[in-house]
Amino acid sequence: MATTSPVEVEPDLTPDEITLISPPWVTIVWNDPVNLMSYVTYVFRTYFGYDKSKAEKLMLEVHHDGRSMVSSGSREEMERDVQAMHEYGLWATLERQ
Amino acid sequence: MSGFHRHRRSGHLIATFSGFEADLLRSLASQLVELLRNEAAVPHEHADPLEAMLSFDGPTTEPEDPVLARLFPSAYAEDDEAASEFRRFTEGGLRDGKASGAAFIIDSLEEAGLPPELGEERLVIDVELEEADALTWLKSFTDLRLALATRLEVVEDDEDYWAALPDDDPRAQAHDIYEWIGALQETLVEALG
Repeated sequence: MATTSPVEVEPDLTPDEITLISPPWVTIVWNDPVNLMSYVTYVFRTYFGYDKSKAEKLMLEVHHDGRSMVSSGSREEMERDVQAMHEYGLWATLERQ
Repeated sequence: MSGFHRHRRSGHLIATFSGFEADLLRSLASQLVELLRNEAAVPHEHADPLEAMLSFDGPTTEPEDPVLARLFPSAYAEDDEAASEFRRFTEGGLRDGKASGAAFIIDSLEEAGLPPELGEERLVIDVELEEADALTWLKSFTDLRLALATRLEVVEDDEDYWAALPDDDPRAQAHDIYEWIGALQETLVEALG
């Protein structure tokens, strides 16, 4: 059983430091002139389990904007995702959000 | 080229290749295996310019090799230390995976009847893949295309440049092969999807 005791919120805690809602690391997939649009969509569906419309939206972001944030989470999780993207031949990096 | 389609009853992915096409795929796949496995490879002298164009066996010890740099890109754009640490833990496994993928293409083609040396006879090579094996082919097509495109220095929207090259230019011929693998991959994505 847990009990609670009155706590005071740190007065200098800013929203930037609250990482509960947005995970701190992201995987970015970059555009390249080689990979087929259909293949990139297929990879996003297969590996991340995204539905067709989300996968296509991300693919088009990569295509038009040059990059897209395809996943977010802990650093370890993002390293796994980046490694998987390299396995599929996609150009991916991770960075702090 | 008819490419891949899914067999209705078995769900397998099937494609028919001519002996020439199967032999070409095998040759590219084996060069990729060599590039990935033989880090101490030295540049070869090629008498035939087309052969030189299709060859991935450049100087491979250094990560500077542009094909290897593209296959194993830096995972951290702005943190060299983290990038090399990531590479230390992942590149070996990724290399092995890509090499065994390409080797699997060779095995599949030979199991389907591609002889060690292509003779005069007209061959038809029927390849039939279960879904997991087809995914291995799919990924390896990507590696082959990345390798060819890197050697050819393919860039976005360069179709006119390639179309303007004379037919007998070895770069144009290599680019045709690159496009052919792309079309083949497109049929496989569609059949799998």
